[in-house]
Amino acid sequence: MSSKDKKDVDDVTGIDTTGHSWDGIKELNNPLPRWWLWTFYITIIWGIGYTIAYPAWPLINSATSGLLGYSTRGEVAQEIARFEEANADIMAELAVADLETLDQNPELMRFASSAGAAVFRNNCSQCHGSGAAGAVGYPNLLDDDWLWGGDFENIAYTIRHGIRNEEDWDARYSEMTAFDDILSNEEIDAVVQHVLAISGQSHDAALALAGSEIYLDNCAACHGDEGLGNRDLGAPNLANNLWLYGGDPATLEQTIRYSRFGVMPPWGTRLTEAEIRAVTAYVHQLGGGE
Amino acid sequence: MAKNPKITDAEKDPNVSTLSDLPDEIPNEMPHQTAFLNRHQILERSPTLLLVTSLVVVAIGGLVEIVPLFYLENTIEKVEGVRPYSPLELAGRDIYIREGCYACHSQMIRPMRDEVERYGHYSLAAESMYDHPFQWGSKRTGPDLARVGGKYSDAWHLDHFIDPQSVVPESIMPGYAFLLDSYVNPGHIADLVRTHRIVGVPYTQEMIDVAAADVMAQADPDTDSYDDLLERYPGAQIRNFDGRPGVSEMDALIAYMQMLGTTVDFSTFTPDASR
Repeated sequence: MSSKDKKDVDDVTGIDTTGHSWDGIKELNNPLPRWWLWTFYITIIWGIGYTIAYPAWPLINSATSGLLGYSTRGEVAQEIARFEEANADIMAELAVADLETLDQNPELMRFASSAGAAVFRNNCSQCHGSGAAGAVGYPNLLDDDWLWGGDFENIAYTIRHGIRNEEDWDARYSEMTAFDDILSNEEIDAVVQHVLAISGQSHDAALALAGSEIYLDNCAACHGDEGLGNRDLGAPNLANNLWLYGGDPATLEQTIRYSRFGVMPPWGTRLTEAEIRAVTAYVHQLGGGE
Repeated sequence: MAKNPKITDAEKDPNVSTLSDLPDEIPNEMPHQTAFLNRHQILERSPTLLLVTSLVVVAIGGLVEIVPLFYLENTIEKVEGVRPYSPLELAGRDIYIREGCYACHSQMIRPMRDEVERYGHYSLAAESMYDHPFQWGSKRTGPDLARVGGKYSDAWHLDHFIDPQSVVPESIMPGYAFLLDSYVNPGHIADLVRTHRIVGVPYTQEMIDVAAADVMAQADPDTDSYDDLLERYPGAQIRNFDGRPGVSEMDALIAYMQMLGTTVDFSTFTPDASR
């Protein structure tokens, strides 16, 4: 039987069947719901329209670019431009602002601290910690113990050029001597005791006295006679019992023997002037700013 | 069991169909129809034919999407600076893949403002043209690494690989301190470079010949072949990455980290907006 020639109508419902019969059971050929069918046709039309409006069809050299001229790159450029424009005035103000007097301009100060906090979280927190409390080998920025200086100018310089890196010729640079080959084991022990003494920790007084001589000959040039450090050389203050790598005898011995060489990348090439000033202001207001 | 007289025999019950009620010919086949729209019955009645034709239909979809990528001129835009990986970086990349870093880290900065603000310029196709396979990844448990090169010091990477929580307390990354104990085997490097040439990376014969020496040289800033190495791989960073003697897997992995996303010269690049 052919559906064209003869309709097979179900007696009970009066609706056409598909003509298929399974064990005497036949399937009704109800029409698709109109709303469904029309939605289906509309999606087809929409699909064709979409490929005309937006980039779609691959041709010989490139794909069609679409009548609306949309591109993801264009969109992101536009989006960035929109925010840059919105912040342009205050960014320009910040880029030339005198950081020393920034706190007299509450609006700019508020902007700088939150912009600086964002820059800090993205770029600095991996080493200095998300709360800026540092880690072993990475300075705590919350206290007032600064290696290279904690005023606006010095913080900005450190951020811009970094420390002991190879990328920036103006990076802060100094190199502690490794005393492993220079001092004997006894002398190193003595210096350790001397450093324990000046930092106010429990120590062997006799050894520390011997160590003070060795200290003056070998260490005082950078760390100072009193062990107060030298910011021009990034030489840490040894007398305040605040430690970058640790102040216990074992760590001190390690430091004296093999030296330390902490590196910070330069950020002048990655951050804009306004961003550097913002993060400087942020770090300065964390607690230790001078 | 005693027979219940109230229940009639199934054979004699008009309301029960049994096998003997069936007609001789069971019409459970589809009716023969010849209209054009009913020709699909030919496919539906032959599983093999149905399988083959479905494959053809799906393949058309695939071809339309994939084939143009191979001939369209703007699939990979021309940029200055992208070079094949140096042997040490390539070894580091192998470790990256071996340790499954891609499961948590992507290497693909998408063109969206938040990503560009955080990670830097969005990734370009050219930046992964020498990647076999690419490391775009599909999930970020850790941050994107496409432009991590130069962002942190070697010492930070060393500390972080040995014990990630020592520098980032909130991190859930496992430690990789064991990389310090295993050394890069220079004997395999030439094969590795050669393999990459087979799949289309433009390594020269010279690069393959000296690959074993180059892998050692890149971790030694005092090497004699410093300038030659830089000529072969412009912009390669040559130093002792882990600060310890020997070329460990740590050296290789840090060398790879420190070059990620650093090769494109963005000063000579203007993004073509039409893609």
